Amino acid sequence: MGSITLEQVCKSFGEVEVIPGVDLQIEDGEFVVFVGPSGCGKSTLLRLIAGLEDVTSGRIVIDGQDVTVAPPSRRKLAMVFQSYALYPHMSVRKNIAFPLKMAGLSADEQERRVQHAAGILNLTDYLDRRPGQLSGGQRQRVAIGRAIVREPSAFLFDEPLSNLDAALRVNMRVEISELHKKLATTMIYVTHDQVEAMTMADKIVVLRAGRIEQVGSPLELYRRPANRFVAGFIGSPNMNFLEGEAAARLGAHAIGVRPEHFRLSMSEGAFAGRVGVAEHLGSDTFLHVDLDDGTHVVARAEGEFPASHGDRIHLTPQDGRLYRFDQNGSAL
Amino acid sequence: MARNISQSRRWGFTILAWGAALVIFFPILWTILTSFKTEADAIASPPKFLFFDWTVENYAEVQSRSPYFRHFMNSVIISVGSTLLGLVLAIPAAWSMAFQPGRRTKDLLMWMLSTKMMPAAGVLIPMYLMFRSFGLLDSRLGITVVLMLINLPIIVWMLYTYFREIPSEILEAARMDGASLRNEILHVLTPMAVPGIASTLLLNVILAWNEAFWTLNLTTSKAAPLTTFIASYSSPEGLFYAKLSAASTMAIAPILILGWFSQKQLVRGLTFGAVK
Amino acid sequence: MATRHQKTLARLMVSPSVLLLLGWMIVPLAMTLWFSFQSYNLLSPGMEQFIGWTNYQYFLSDPAFWTAMRNTLLLVGGVLVITVGGGIALALLLDQPMFGQGVVRILVIAPFFIMPTVSALVWKNMFMNPVNGLFAWFAKAVGAQPIDFLAQYPLMSIILIVSWQWLPFATLILLTALQSLDSEQMEAAEMDGAGTLAKFTHLVLPHLSRAITVVILIETIFLLSVFAEILVTTNGGPGYQSTNLTYLVYSQALLQFDVGGASAGGIIAVILANIVAIFLMRMIGKTLE
Repeated sequence: MGSITLEQVCKSFGEVEVIPGVDLQIEDGEFVVFVGPSGCGKSTLLRLIAGLEDVTSGRIVIDGQDVTVAPPSRRKLAMVFQSYALYPHMSVRKNIAFPLKMAGLSADEQERRVQHAAGILNLTDYLDRRPGQLSGGQRQRVAIGRAIVREPSAFLFDEPLSNLDAALRVNMRVEISELHKKLATTMIYVTHDQVEAMTMADKIVVLRAGRIEQVGSPLELYRRPANRFVAGFIGSPNMNFLEGEAAARLGAHAIGVRPEHFRLSMSEGAFAGRVGVAEHLGSDTFLHVDLDDGTHVVARAEGEFPASHGDRIHLTPQDGRLYRFDQNGSAL
Repeated sequence: MARNISQSRRWGFTILAWGAALVIFFPILWTILTSFKTEADAIASPPKFLFFDWTVENYAEVQSRSPYFRHFMNSVIISVGSTLLGLVLAIPAAWSMAFQPGRRTKDLLMWMLSTKMMPAAGVLIPMYLMFRSFGLLDSRLGITVVLMLINLPIIVWMLYTYFREIPSEILEAARMDGASLRNEILHVLTPMAVPGIASTLLLNVILAWNEAFWTLNLTTSKAAPLTTFIASYSSPEGLFYAKLSAASTMAIAPILILGWFSQKQLVRGLTFGAVK
Repeated sequence: MATRHQKTLARLMVSPSVLLLLGWMIVPLAMTLWFSFQSYNLLSPGMEQFIGWTNYQYFLSDPAFWTAMRNTLLLVGGVLVITVGGGIALALLLDQPMFGQGVVRILVIAPFFIMPTVSALVWKNMFMNPVNGLFAWFAKAVGAQPIDFLAQYPLMSIILIVSWQWLPFATLILLTALQSLDSEQMEAAEMDGAGTLAKFTHLVLPHLSRAITVVILIETIFLLSVFAEILVTTNGGPGYQSTNLTYLVYSQALLQFDVGGASAGGIIAVILANIVAIFLMRMIGKTLE
């Protein structure tokens, strides 16, 4: 079991209010991703759930039990840290067995569970090595192994992939997703990378300045962003925003169109502009266009689109794929 | 940096550096050599460098004429004791300052350091008078406590700089893994901190061993460590060069060896982390 | 970044060290300050009385005090010049490619580990002794009159002995700093056409400036309190020629038993050390950021 409820959780460091009051319900078995720009309070929120920080006010309930003041060890949670935080003086085997040893399990049981976790994570051949002798990806797996042996009610991940190179990151992303399918345990995952959020999450929590901007499944956020911040944060490349006359015509302060939702034409369309840079990737073509009113937008065309620097181009938003925002940034 | 350095330049530097090193090391070498001479050879003119009758009788005689071994043991007890005592006090302090820093931690560290800057002359008199009235003059306990106090700031500082290099995420990981504070310290912090603690210990044993203000002023005979004992050779006995050399060699040998081991940590310890 | 429970614990763990150091600093210092305003001689116990600034007046008008001040400054200054200058030269030399670098390093560092009483006695008897010392033999060998170093040039001889002890310290720290110099920076300077001298003045010296400051400040703290070397070689003499402030306080208190006067001298030493300490603390404080 691993349902987690936050009720009006606040956190201040001295005078500075980092999290002004968060309500959140996480269901058992969910993969929840906290996403937001750096400094948005997502890591702090995770550490509050972990018990590594005290809440200033509010309540944290795990599986119906109020754990607001309980120390980390009583919360039955496991955490994977950004730096992996492996114990450098212990072998991989001892690292993974450490939480079991702390829980007072028998040596046999420890070994059985270590072997099981090592099997899942392809670490069997490395059990006698020290963390210093492992590659980044292997260290990452050891950190995960140390988390899974305890059979916690939920896993907490704090930007676990940010120290890996791009290729490895994609692999580990898939591995963590598969692990979630296999274990069906609640996972809370903190990242600033919206691609990780979109690909892994059952539920995304978008945070800004300690406040929750929107909660929903990846596609809900993609399709119906609650405000301009979420609209701009989710989706890659970022949504284009147009203000001024073009927006006023549609009765909004700003309108947003995702790069992939433009119809491109060399002859006619709603907006006209000149191509600055054209990125031909084969599968897609990204055009950086300077519109006539001076706005810079990015448009994506599928496949090979024949446009190059200096070409005039016309862009038309697809039907129903245009978002309108008011003065405060809320979606209309 | 892979560069091509001509062999002759390398030889030039080698000769120059060895020359300088031998000049600097010569007084120590000379002392060691003299300790193996007879008293006559020791003051022979011209001096005998290597071709003399090697003898070890000076070493035996130093002990038979004076309780050399007792002073040696005093040095060991005082330097190791004051360092261990200091570590017992400093480890928890450095731990909490490194991992639970508060707003005043920095000021506290600086203040601790400032006590180290106090010149001994400023507190010699009250210390002497207090020691006299408490009967602590020439006691191993008294001098051990004083040396502990004068080195405590260095011990705290060194440990602090080492502890600060241990990532706090690792301690948090231990907490998440269900470790109690005791287990956190026992299984995670201590093993990671051992190298730092060891170098702190080493450097402070060296400093305490060679301390020559308080030992000279607060001990005379019974509790006197080697610093005080050797100082007694400044009287006519010092004219027995071979014996003086034997006593000196025994006094410096252990610390010379320890010192060579700790030279890397020495810089950090003596500059309070200002140069690494 | 922690929970309340841990904060309380943290305070508990720091306090023993803090309380001890506080006691160690305040109690004796307060007593010294108190004594410095008393007429207090160990030879006439029970006669203590408050005499205001008399001790300071006496101390400051005593020619011995000014000699000791001058000697203290000469000793500190002389040793600093020799060790910093020699230290830079040695560090630069040891940083060059050579055979047996490790052994050379060990030999150069060795004097720092020699206890002060030993090095003072070895120098006094086996090198500077006008009859049997190596220097005397050397002088005779070249047909010169042997010099009685400790009688004729007592302060200079002590400066030499203390410099020998502290040269390794300066060398070691400057060498460490030198080795942290970015080699790409040096190569970039070479590409820019800088010669050896230009590289030294524009790159090496600025890079070392911080380490040099640290060496100067730390050595000053220790050199203000040089004691054992004087005690075993000259006993401050002849006359007051090699007496520094620390030794003067010692002789005033434990040889002449004038607690009051010695305390006034002690307080002056504290003030002197504090002036240096303020600068040193600022430097070290920056590393905490």
